Amino acid sequence: MDFKDYYKVMGVARDATEAQIKQAYRKLARKYHPDVSKEKDAEARFKELGEAYEVLKSPEKRAAYDQLGQGPRPGEAFRPPPDWGSGFEFGGAGPGARPGGDADYSEFFESLFGRAGGGARRGRRGFDTGRGEDHHAKIMLDLDATLQGGSRTFTLRVPELDAQGRLVSKERVLNVQVPKGILPGQTIRLAGQGSGAAGEGTPGDLYIEVEFQPHALYRIDGRDLYLELPVTPWEAALGASVKAPTPGGVVDLKIPSGSHAGTKLRLKGRGIPAATPGDFYVVLQIALPPANDDDAKAAYGAFAAALPFNPRTTLGV
Amino acid sequence: MRSVVPGTLTGEIFEDYAMLSIDELSRLCAVDRTYIVELVEEGVLSVTEVASEWRFPGAALRRARTALRLQRDLEINLPGVALALELMEELDRLRRGLEIGRK
Repeated sequence: MDFKDYYKVMGVARDATEAQIKQAYRKLARKYHPDVSKEKDAEARFKELGEAYEVLKSPEKRAAYDQLGQGPRPGEAFRPPPDWGSGFEFGGAGPGARPGGDADYSEFFESLFGRAGGGARRGRRGFDTGRGEDHHAKIMLDLDATLQGGSRTFTLRVPELDAQGRLVSKERVLNVQVPKGILPGQTIRLAGQGSGAAGEGTPGDLYIEVEFQPHALYRIDGRDLYLELPVTPWEAALGASVKAPTPGGVVDLKIPSGSHAGTKLRLKGRGIPAATPGDFYVVLQIALPPANDDDAKAAYGAFAAALPFNPRTTLGV
Repeated sequence: MRSVVPGTLTGEIFEDYAMLSIDELSRLCAVDRTYIVELVEEGVLSVTEVASEWRFPGAALRRARTALRLQRDLEINLPGVALALELMEELDRLRRGLEIGRK
């Protein structure tokens, strides 16, 4: 088990005051909150931060934690000392009341302060209807899933109470047919896949919030897709037929003469599918051939001589 | 512990069909209905009235849950949550525009 340096996680000194700890928490929570943050590891950092704050904000837990010292030397495994926790009372709301609610604690935390009891955590059984709890999860999808549909396998971590009433984190592997046309920010509802899915009573439902991984070629805006397509100056000026990738395969695209950088060409209905599907937009970019040998330099020179052109007239120079 | 759910599950896009009553929405968010009323009064959630009863579009679920998390985790009050949500949407819009025009 790894020792966790909660002071380091929060970026505060070991003698920090309660006010300093609270301030550090607020600042970091805003930075790493999964709903707000664009940091890659935001979710993990936020979880770690919540755990650190849970310990350091409580005078009892902090004092007990401080007794452990700075932890073992690097590479050495951590084990709580045999007299751990004696003389301390970890009262109050307990771990279940920590901000964020449904995340679980590290092994390190649980070895010191125990597992969260069931009661305090999201314990509402839907207004006493006897129905199992609904679960909520979040997944990253690839763009192809919404364009073509098809099934994807997801591994979700689900907190569950075991036979002894202790909270354990269980992995559930689901194979899900992704609804064609789903957009980032939407939710897949799987009826009956919440709590009690395999047991007695009416099970709750599973709600999966969907976000998309960035695509190598296409950007998404609503149901529309955008591709930036490089063309040569002569293709743009004279018009041409060029090949362009689209989700449905490579197409021959007609570039109208007199096109320029930023010209938008629309392929109607080739965006994300729906009753009224989105469109596919090709945005032109002008790519210049490099002038790195004598022939190319001579060609650019001839070009300049034949076409006197000042692109800066609108700037007054 | 790891369990594999057999077969392929077919899901629906919740936002495509859901129209929620205030009781359904508060149950799904595991909050009291007064909290949902506050979100409506603050302009965080929009409602339509059907036979003098509130109806929420499916998208309200995710918005309400985000509002709830922001409020709980960052200890901000409702007007602050409303402002944060609006700014986050604006940021999203700008980021998308930037991605389209970049490179």
